[in-house]
Parts: sequence; structure tokens; C-alpha cells
Amino acid sequence: MSIDIATVKKVASLARIAITEEQAERLAPELANIVGWIEQLGEVDTSSVQPMTAVIPNHLRLRDDVVTDGGVRDQVLANAPVAEHGFFAVPKVIE
Amino acid sequence: MTELTDLGIAAIRDGVRTGAFSAREVADAFIVRVSQAKALNAFLVETPDHAIAAADAADAARAAGQALKPLAGVPIGMKDLFCTKGVPATAASHILEGFTPTYESTVSANLWAAGAGMLGKLNMDQFAMGSSNETSYFGNVISPWRRSGGDNAALAPGGSSGGSSAAIAARLCPGATGTDTGGSIRQPAAFTGISGIKPTYGRCSRWGTIAFASSLDQAGPMARDVRDCAIMLEAMAGFDPKDSTSLDLAVPEWEAGLNPSLAGKRIGIPREYRVDGMPEEIEALWQQGIAWLKDAGAEIVEVSLPHTKYALPAYYIIAPAEASSNLARYDGVRYGQRDLPAGAGLQDMYAATRAAGFGDEVKRRIMIGTYVLSAGFYDAYFTQASKVRTLIARDFERAWESCELLLTPTAPSAAFALGEKQADPLAMYLNDVFTVPASLAGLPAMSVPGGLDKSGLPLGLQIIGRPLDEQGVLNAALAIEQRAGFSARPEAWW
Repeated sequence: MSIDIATVKKVASLARIAITEEQAERLAPELANIVGWIEQLGEVDTSSVQPMTAVIPNHLRLRDDVVTDGGVRDQVLANAPVAEHGFFAVPKVIE
Repeated sequence: MTELTDLGIAAIRDGVRTGAFSAREVADAFIVRVSQAKALNAFLVETPDHAIAAADAADAARAAGQALKPLAGVPIGMKDLFCTKGVPATAASHILEGFTPTYESTVSANLWAAGAGMLGKLNMDQFAMGSSNETSYFGNVISPWRRSGGDNAALAPGGSSGGSSAAIAARLCPGATGTDTGGSIRQPAAFTGISGIKPTYGRCSRWGTIAFASSLDQAGPMARDVRDCAIMLEAMAGFDPKDSTSLDLAVPEWEAGLNPSLAGKRIGIPREYRVDGMPEEIEALWQQGIAWLKDAGAEIVEVSLPHTKYALPAYYIIAPAEASSNLARYDGVRYGQRDLPAGAGLQDMYAATRAAGFGDEVKRRIMIGTYVLSAGFYDAYFTQASKVRTLIARDFERAWESCELLLTPTAPSAAFALGEKQADPLAMYLNDVFTVPASLAGLPAMSVPGGLDKSGLPLGLQIIGRPLDEQGVLNAALAIEQRAGFSARPEAWW
């Protein structure tokens, strides 16, 4: 499937990236070109192959269910563009 | 006397131990070099105080008769992808401007624990996405190398670890950290005539390293020779409970294990790596590499990795898909820049922040990743790519039935000029054709300088090994290094 301007706008919206009409027009052929190239994977017969989930065999470890970190609220907020009263602050979402 | 800045990691470590010079003298010498090399744009932040503090600690320990740490007195450069406490980290992006980590990455913490000091944070491709260091928000890194014959075109230092490669080649630091997702340690090392190893996936902790594609990202050292890489990798690697994919294994003594004799070793030459349009000089270097390995005692065997041509397209699905998820965290709420147009709501704030904060290549990859993961396309793209990845890993496993290591060129060309490949993203992606397959399979792989092309620019050879066989990779690279006798260095113009 080729990527048209409407697809670019939809993807940009899903990715939460604002784009202008001109940018969408420029990106459509660029992304179509890249996606056209990666579509060559379709010719590989993978009917009897499992998708890779771990690149090096490794088992997921379990640890004791205890608190190992925390109590660092001010550190967590230290880099926030806007923080108020010990919280991240964002524009009003609910009227 | 040799200039202190001409010394590598082992020579600095040994000289500080014997008292031939003080760690402080070494740190001061490199600090001056860094401050004089602004034209290369290799450093985003200079941290002379950090390097001096580590040097003074090393000198004090020696004066007190204490045993010195493995990297005592060695000042290094830190790729800006690693968070270091109290020092701004941006991953060369605008969206993270103003971010100062309140914590230390495991890899950098390991290096400080080993006695190393930091000269500064190194420029890179934005979020490690690029092969030429042209996607940095803070400007291109300029390679210290120039073509011979009076051509002063500014050349790419490779990417994404281009600040690291340029700084080492220019003798601004004896070693630096890099990260490699699809070749970002090996290709810049090849372009600048230095060495760099990407260890097995899981050897170095990813904790505190700004994420690009988590199933591929792996830290490693870049330095002037194989021994220096071995020393630095020993300090960087190790199990970390904070990274779920960290390997719970002891760190081998790679430096002590160095042995350039390859007697009894079988080294495979993958026939599919002979790509169309590869310059003759690359082919000639590859043949030279084969001769060097034979001379070191190895038996050369031809092997086949039939799915090689699908590695790049699979990579350019998997890496953008993971990136689109990882970079969702840059939302203008928790760290970095916020762009809040007048009257905008929360969703508009996200979109405006990300539009203003990400560079073109990062946006391109996030959008490709979002597209291939979106409803209706997921199986056709992401699942299919993950299956092809299995086949690529299986190709390597079959190859290991007839050999222990593989020899290939590192990159399909020498360094290209800045701007030369920028217009076509696909042409840039093809630069990673020889490095991406080992990344997809999580294998250790190293680039070592092999010689110069006819323009006087460095070319690299790549050794790929079995999982966890960094020692085999280092040893074969050492055998090449000893025979290549690579001593060329860029003439200082900066």
C-alpha cells in the first residue's frame, strides 16, 4: 500500500506530532519510498518461523516483591517544564 | 617525550601506575586539547572538573601507596546518550534541552568506579538515529580527517557515535563510550581509523542510557586500539538487576586473554556480503584481511548467510517501531522542552512539543514506526520483520557450524562528505548494510582499522563472533591490528 497525504496526517496524529499541509505533502512520497523498500520482506517465506522475542537466550528474572526505590519526588519533578504543589502540571483537561 | 595526548588507555594507566607522569598532567593535557578543538564540534558539554577530580583521586591513591583502580588516571569522553548525574543530557536533541539527570547510568557509574574521569559529553546523531552525525540539533561533528590532495571538504565522522569517533581520532580523549543499535560504534570507528566493539547484547546495562531501540541498543567502548577497547569494555560490562535484559554472567578478563595467534581457528567469509557497487578498494582490503588472518594461523572458509539482504529492511521496521514506543515519553510533561500554543489543550501541547522538539530524521522514524505498528499493518510489517530476524539469527547459527568468527568489511565505503547523502534517507540507511545483521542477532562485533583508501581515508574491517565470544573477536581484531600496522592519523587543522 502506498502512503498518501491522508495516511501521513493520520500517522502524525497517532504519533502526536503536529504537521502542516506542506510537511505532509513532502513526507508522503518520502515515507512511501521507505515503506516501498521495506515491503520486500513480504517475499520471504516465514510460514514455519516464530517471531524473535529475545535476541540472546535469557530468562526473565524474578525478584522479591519489596520496595527497592522511591521517596524521590523532588528528583522526579526536578526536570519537569512545569511542576506545582508536588505534581506535574499540564493544561486543563476537564472543564 | 611523547605528548601525553598521544597515549592510549593502557599507556596512560601504566604510566600513572609507575609514576612516569601524574594523572593530573594527563587530565590537564586532554582538557587543553578539548578546549582547542571547537571546530570539530565533538563535545556538547565539557566537564573538566570531573576529569580533574578523578585524576586527583588517582594521584592521591598512588601517593598513599594504595592499589590503583583499573582505569585510574584515564580521562574519557561520554556519548551524550548516557545520563550522568548533574550534567545536562540531550541525546543531541532539542526536546531534551534543559534536562539534567538526577541519576547515573550504570555504564558511566561502572567507569567512574573503575577510576575513569569524564572530559565531557560527546555530540552524536539525534537520539542515535543517523550514520553521519548530521542529525544532531547542535550541528554536525566534523571529522578530523580530510581527503589527501588539498580537498578540504568536511567529512562525516560516521554515526551515530560521531562525536566519540572524531574526538578519539583527533586525540581529544584516549577512549570514549559509544552505543550501537545498527552499527553506531563500528561504522564511525571505521570512518575515523579507530577501533570499537559492540559486545553481545546484554553485556552492558542499558539502564540510564537514553533508549532508541531497546532490543538492539548496546553500549561499547571506542578507542585507538584493541587492547584499549578490551580494558574499557571490562570496566563497562557487568550484570545489572535494573536492566531486565542484562546478562547475569561474570565479566571475563578480556585484556589478560588477548592472544593474536589464531591457530586452529576457522574464520568464515560470508559470500552475501559481496554487494553490488562495492568499491574495489573495499574488496581489496577484505582480501588483505583474509591474508592477514591466514598469516595468524586461521583457516578461511566460505559461508553463506542467505537472508543478509533482508537485514536492512527488517532493521528499518524493528528499530523505528521500538523508537516510536520509546520516544512516546517525550511529551512536554516530565522533562525537557514544552511548547504550549496559546489556548492549546493537552493533546495540542503534546503535538506542538514533539513537532518543535524532534528533528526531521527522528520524526521520520517515529512515523514509520507508528505506521508499521498501526492496526491492520502490524502483522504484515512488524511480525514479518520479527520472523525474518529469527531467520537472520538462524543463518548465523548455521555458519557457526563451520567457523568460529566472520570477517567482513565494516562499511561499504570510506567516509563521505557532509551533505552528500542527506537528501536521500534510503542511501544513508544502506551504509549500515554490513553492521546491521550482527545487531539483529545480538552478536559481538568489532571494527578495526585496516588501511587507507586512495584518498588517504581510513577503512575498517569487521569481525563478528558467536554470542559471548568477545574474546575471540578481540583476538582476531588484534591479529589484524598487528599486521595492518595502522599508524595514520589526521593532520591537525582545527
